[in-house]
Amino acid sequence: MYWDKQHECMDREALTKLQSERLCATVKRAYENVPAYTKKFDEIGLKPEDIKGIEDLHKIPFTVKTDFRDNYPFGLFATDMDDVVRVHASSGTTGKATVVGYTKNDIDCWATMVARQLAAGGVGSKDIVQVAYGYGLFTGGLGLHYGAEKVGATVIPISTGNTKRQITMLQDMGATAIAGTPSYILHIGETVKEMGIDPKTLPVKVSIMGAEPWTEEMRKEIEELLDIDALDIYGLSEVMGPGVSYECLEKHGLHINEDMLIAEIIDPDTGEQLPDGKQGELVFTSLTKEALPLLRYRTKDITYLDPEPCACGRTFKRMHRILGRCDDMLIIRGVNVFPSQIETVIFNIEGIEPHYQIVVDRDERRLDDMEVWVEVSPDVISGEVRTLEKLNKKITHDLRSLLGIGCKVKLVEPLSIPRSEGKSKRIIDKREVYK
Amino acid sequence: MKVKQISIFIENKPGRLLKVTRTLADAGINIRALSVADTVDYGLMRLIVDDYVMARDVLAEASVTVALTDVIAAEIPDVPGGLNGVVEILSEAGINIEYMYAFSGNTGKGAIDVFRVDDIEGAEKLLESKGVKTLSQGDVEKI
Ligand SMILES: [Zn+2]
Repeated sequence: MYWDKQHECMDREALTKLQSERLCATVKRAYENVPAYTKKFDEIGLKPEDIKGIEDLHKIPFTVKTDFRDNYPFGLFATDMDDVVRVHASSGTTGKATVVGYTKNDIDCWATMVARQLAAGGVGSKDIVQVAYGYGLFTGGLGLHYGAEKVGATVIPISTGNTKRQITMLQDMGATAIAGTPSYILHIGETVKEMGIDPKTLPVKVSIMGAEPWTEEMRKEIEELLDIDALDIYGLSEVMGPGVSYECLEKHGLHINEDMLIAEIIDPDTGEQLPDGKQGELVFTSLTKEALPLLRYRTKDITYLDPEPCACGRTFKRMHRILGRCDDMLIIRGVNVFPSQIETVIFNIEGIEPHYQIVVDRDERRLDDMEVWVEVSPDVISGEVRTLEKLNKKITHDLRSLLGIGCKVKLVEPLSIPRSEGKSKRIIDKREVYK
Repeated sequence: MKVKQISIFIENKPGRLLKVTRTLADAGINIRALSVADTVDYGLMRLIVDDYVMARDVLAEASVTVALTDVIAAEIPDVPGGLNGVVEILSEAGINIEYMYAFSGNTGKGAIDVFRVDDIEGAEKLLESKGVKTLSQGDVEKI
């Protein structure tokens, strides 16, 4: 089932022409309205007129995550705030959030991206979609919500959490599709099994899952637990939100919405473009975004592109599910966490050493569980236990308010965390999400 | 007078406490007083030993970080209400006792209690003026 066959099955030549036209317009608008882009272009003597089509894309300087911090909160917006109808925000690498904005038309384009995903999973106006993504600054909830409304489905905006109620809704309202993070949907599946409910009695037939990396093994598990098709949806708020690319029922890579975005793969070290099929860092340029035009944004996600025609008939190139990261970002329950954020908190609290370790695993309920281990400093150990308990509470609280998710803080003995063995040693991720 | 207390942070993991006691035993160090305050995840061990300098050094060699703190070790009159008398002296002067614990074994002089207070200089003078004997580092070594 297609949502927008005209674009989804466009022939390559027409698509390239459309991309080139839209790229030139985007570059012009970004250069004229966003000082950060004007500066980047001027610094290397590049004029918007020098970009005549996608063959010139490589001349454009990259945009990176820190550009958002340097222009916090609205500095990268290309329109008046009058025209911005919504903002979302995600984690920055330090204290400042990454803020993104949308015009009315941007929201509509985004909803179209998500609608294509839903249609590709067989979801239409007769369906009931239970949105178990978090609603709020996070793009997951509202992204899926608007897409589901666009296809005319009935939306249950239940948000995340309260698993028993999620299952009651699946039973009573008969949702035919569910959307959420794969680890949460897996948890719902496990709970269904525990409760002794036969998944065949549940009308749900498909799940749309993203916001964190997952594996083929998890797909099989979820499909069996809930007796459904489990599809992968990819996105990041800087580029739009969920829907940047989407899986069809072939389950063999995610179609990139190429009429609205250009995807490139680059060598993360040299910045050189790599040919299709070669693994590298995924880079996006927006083609229709008004509020926040994005030129060659480096996602830090590692994958490769597959230009071969898909059995589903769509001509949009496919990207392989994310294979890793070029930085040390973690995704915990759908929330991006940078070790540098944890560092910011720890370095500002007295009584602990600036040494830490992050241990991530799935708990017995299959949900992500993050522990932060911090060394106590000698000056606090001569006092009362109460002092240490207060310290633990303070770190927990400060981490929670900066990261937006809870984690367990464990005070450990001085000198017990390995020293200077590189950043990777700071993170122990037992989930094996990249495979 | 004041004596040195050794404080050690110990995670509640098998073998952690043993590492400390074995290190001290191997070095021939005598533990005069000991207290452990713990939570689910960790404990704070406090020790008065006969040779705190050597204790600190051998523990450091075994990668155990210690903190040295001044505490008061006071002789408690061996009569009913003896301890209460000492506590009252301190509390009436507004001195806060963070924690206290007792010397172990027979010291030959009745009970000795260790006090960790917020105003150690004040407590020391006050107790002496009230005729409560406080031990010196030398006394602790000789017991
Ligand atoms: Zn396909």
